[in-house]
Order: sequence, then C-alpha cells, then structure tokens
Amino acid sequence: MLELLVIFGLLALGYVAGSIIEQNHYASIKVRERRTQSVPVYNIGAKYPLPEAKGAKLFVGSVVISSDYYKAFLAQFSKLIGGQIFAYESLLDRGRREALLRMKEDAIRWGAKKVVNVRLETATIGNSHGDAGILSIEVIAYGTGLR
Amino acid sequence: MTYQSRPSSRSAIIITTLEGVPGRTITQHFGLVQGSTIRAKHIGRDIAAGFKNLVGGELHGYTELLQEARQEATDRMLQQAAQMGANAVVNVRYSTSSVAQGAAELFAYGTAVRVD
Repeated sequence: MLELLVIFGLLALGYVAGSIIEQNHYASIKVRERRTQSVPVYNIGAKYPLPEAKGAKLFVGSVVISSDYYKAFLAQFSKLIGGQIFAYESLLDRGRREALLRMKEDAIRWGAKKVVNVRLETATIGNSHGDAGILSIEVIAYGTGLR
Repeated sequence: MTYQSRPSSRSAIIITTLEGVPGRTITQHFGLVQGSTIRAKHIGRDIAAGFKNLVGGELHGYTELLQEARQEATDRMLQQAAQMGANAVVNVRYSTSSVAQGAAELFAYGTAVRVD
C-alpha cells in the first residue's frame, strides 16, 4: 500500500513539476527563437562552393535533457501497445531546439551573419539504473559561423 | 618539414564544418586527425541528476560534464593537427556513444590542412 502511495506521489510530482518545467522551457525557447531569427542556420554548405566570408569558426551547442517520472511511466505503458510515444516527442523537440539556440547565440555573440553546414546529433545518456531508468538524452548542434 | 619550423599554436587553428576555410585556399592536406575522451559521471552528480530525473528538464551537471569532455576531445584533435603543422581543421564531425554503463565517449575528427 505504501509503495503504491509512493509511486502515485512520484507520478503526481513528475506530472506537475514536469509540466511546469516544460512550459517554461517552451516559453523561453520561443522568445529566444524570435530574438535570433535574423541569423539564418543552414544544414547545407559542405558540397557548395565556399561562401565569401571574412571569418569562420566552429560553434557547438549542447544540452542534456531528462524526461520526468510521469513521462517515463507513460512511455513504459505505450511500449505495451506500441505506436507513437507522445511523452518523449516533446522531450527530443525541446532538446534539439535548445541545442540549436545555444549554438546560434554563441555564434551571434561572435558576430556571425549565418551558420552553415549544421549537424545535429543525439545520444542516449545511460543512467546507472540501466534500461529501466528515466530517459535522458544529449543533443548537440554544431556548425560553422560566418561573418 | 619539421615541427619546429612550422610552429602553430593550438588556439590559432581554424576549425570549420565546411570543406575548406572561406576566403582562404588550401595549400596542403595532412589527412585525418582525431581526438577522443571517455568520461564517467561521478557519484555526486549522479545523485543530483537522480533527483532531477523525477521532475525532468535540463541536467546542468551532465551538460557541463559533456561540454568539458568535448572540449578535451577537440583539444586532442587540435594537438595532433598542430604537430603535423596544420593551421586549420576542416569538415569536423562530432560523435557521442555510451561505451559502458554510466560512461560516454566523446569523439571529434576532421581533416587537417594548411591554408594561406
């Protein structure tokens, strides 16, 4: 009985705190995306003639983001019936956009006019509890800033 | 060509993800250079992250840890490039893989070149 209560408590905590954190994160992502809109990001560039620029530099943005207890529970449940796991989709979306933003903001501070040949990578950061644990992922975005 | 005659400090090396450096021409290719490092999380960070796992969101401790590690891998790559006498590393790629429980390998590779 006590175990059940603990699980419900954790689920409620994960749901409430997780939702608040996610909403705040999305709000911050949207504001920063608008602010950095003027600097375009391209994932092409490797096979094109080199662009004209006075300076070029590598920029890397990275973030480690974790799902919450509630989402992990939902995902575990979804695995039984298969199909889309909605709980994790927003997590990966947030991670990618955050990593891209960090790369962009870094490039803008340096004076970049655009960022070309951008690559995105995702890696699962295993936790010490093995597969049963809560998913955390690392997303990195890197590209060449030009000015 | 000796290493001494072509000193290039590591900080002066240009890194790009393109096939060259814009506005400069490649005069010499040195081939692939790479750097990697394997890092494990330490228990303090793991416990903190364990709590953070419940509510979700960014795990700042891990973000920093991996950033440091990636910097280390990049430095090792640059060191190799500097030894060859390169002043730029082009077409750089990164990859991360978890090699063991709780440990990750950060890997950086690219082509060392000399540009005017």
